[in-house]
Amino acid sequence: MAGNGNQNPDVVIEVEDLVTHYGERKILDGVTMDVRDGEIMVIMGGSGSGKSTLLRYLMALETKTSGTMRILGHDLDEISSMEFVELRKKLGVAFQGGALFSSLSVGDNVMLPLYEHTDLEMSTMEIMARMKLQVVELGGFEDLMPAELSGGMIKRVAFARAVVMDPKILFCDEPSAGLDPAVASALDELILTLREAMGMSIVVVTHELESAFKIADRITVLDRGKILMIGTVEEVRASKVERIYNLLNRVPEDDTMDPDEYLARLTGEDYKVGNQPL
Amino acid sequence: MAETSDQTPPSGLSQFLDRVGRLTVAGIEEVGNGGAMVAQSLYWLFCGFRYKQPVRMNAVIQQMMEIGISAIPIIALLAGSISTTLAIQGIYTLRIFGAEGHVTAGLAFIVVREFAPMITGILVAGRSGSALAARIGTMKINQEIDALKVMGIDPVRYLVAPPLIAMVIMVPCLSMMSSVVGLYLAGVYINLELGISLAAYFDQILNILTVEDVLHGLGKSVIYAIEIAVIGVVNGAGVQGGAEGVGKATTRSVVQSISAIIITAMVVVILSTL
Repeated sequence: MAGNGNQNPDVVIEVEDLVTHYGERKILDGVTMDVRDGEIMVIMGGSGSGKSTLLRYLMALETKTSGTMRILGHDLDEISSMEFVELRKKLGVAFQGGALFSSLSVGDNVMLPLYEHTDLEMSTMEIMARMKLQVVELGGFEDLMPAELSGGMIKRVAFARAVVMDPKILFCDEPSAGLDPAVASALDELILTLREAMGMSIVVVTHELESAFKIADRITVLDRGKILMIGTVEEVRASKVERIYNLLNRVPEDDTMDPDEYLARLTGEDYKVGNQPL
Repeated sequence: MAETSDQTPPSGLSQFLDRVGRLTVAGIEEVGNGGAMVAQSLYWLFCGFRYKQPVRMNAVIQQMMEIGISAIPIIALLAGSISTTLAIQGIYTLRIFGAEGHVTAGLAFIVVREFAPMITGILVAGRSGSALAARIGTMKINQEIDALKVMGIDPVRYLVAPPLIAMVIMVPCLSMMSSVVGLYLAGVYINLELGISLAAYFDQILNILTVEDVLHGLGKSVIYAIEIAVIGVVNGAGVQGGAEGVGKATTRSVVQSISAIIITAMVVVILSTL
């Protein structure tokens, strides 16, 4: 029963005083935030602010240094491996590049979670995959390979795969990055449609202001690993905090860096992300 | 005084030792990762059903097709070529002593115990070990492995166990086939050169070879299979730096696999003669 007592049923993710390091370097410093049931939480910040790192921790892909994290009521420090497998089935993710499996067709990509986690008949899984593809307006694309799709289509397929198990929480990493404004806007609409249709909580990391203001119920603003502010779109827009003002108004900052620190980041002696076994 | 010595740049020797130390630690870490992946693969193979996450047999069969069936023509060609060359050189050497009729004995031992498993291992390392490293490396840089984790699909169960199992099954099979094809083509040459009939040639081979000789070759094939799979996976999982990193990992995987196969062959021979 460890870690199953959700203290607030309206909250799907609770993070308290999260501190993370890569080697000696502190990446996230005392992050405390929550994500409520059914809301779209946007995490914003400049380059190197730690927003993508925070997303990896929210998705339970990394091991924290200290602090507590509860996802859907499960304390990650106390969860058993069986519970963790079950918890994973309630999370969906659409990565920045789509992360579609290039050796599988579009339909097989979308079906994969069903195939691995359910005992459904193949024909049922095919129908479910087709339905999710229709939700992202790619009905009829089941037999194409990922290499035959455009960047926007790949992201849509990634969304279809992410929601095929009807997750409780959907994570999106830079959904509109690298897309033209029309396609990016369509993806924003898709995020809103998915929330409307499926009632899930959605956590979106983005640095696109227009997109963030369009879809967010609340916004978390990160800067250098710390939370500057959590608030509604109006509250963030009205903020008088200098760094938030600069971020929103695209004011360049004199962000000088110690050359030794810069080189340490580049050479990455202590940089552990991406250097781990499977 | 202390401050002065702290500011002294490290000497060439200390830099060299530092580098050797780091490489040693990295090497030990890779061996540890490889061992852990084998252990996890076995765990998922035998216990995956408890979590309703079995190792998918259709994935294993698909890998067996890619690793084994597709490799048959090239392995048969090279096994035949090398065995025929061995027969030619054997006859040439033994003729000096007037003992060319005994070429069959040497050929049988060396093909079944050494060359067939080794040639098979080297070709599988070049074809499938490198492909495994490239596939896993590409999946890693494209965040596909992260996607598997978030979907609750263990990457070792999904990506490592099927090729590992497929290699452990197919490399010994290919090695057996390689022995048969190699001995047959060498027999054809011996028949043409020395006039020994194929029936007499295979009769001699069956009299000379023992079950232990065959098991020796098969046992080594199993070790080679594990080495190729683990080296491919560890190199793929360690990819950093995009497409260039994938290329380096692929090359490294082939070089390490072939080196491991040859060193293993030597160690096993030494141990078996003790």
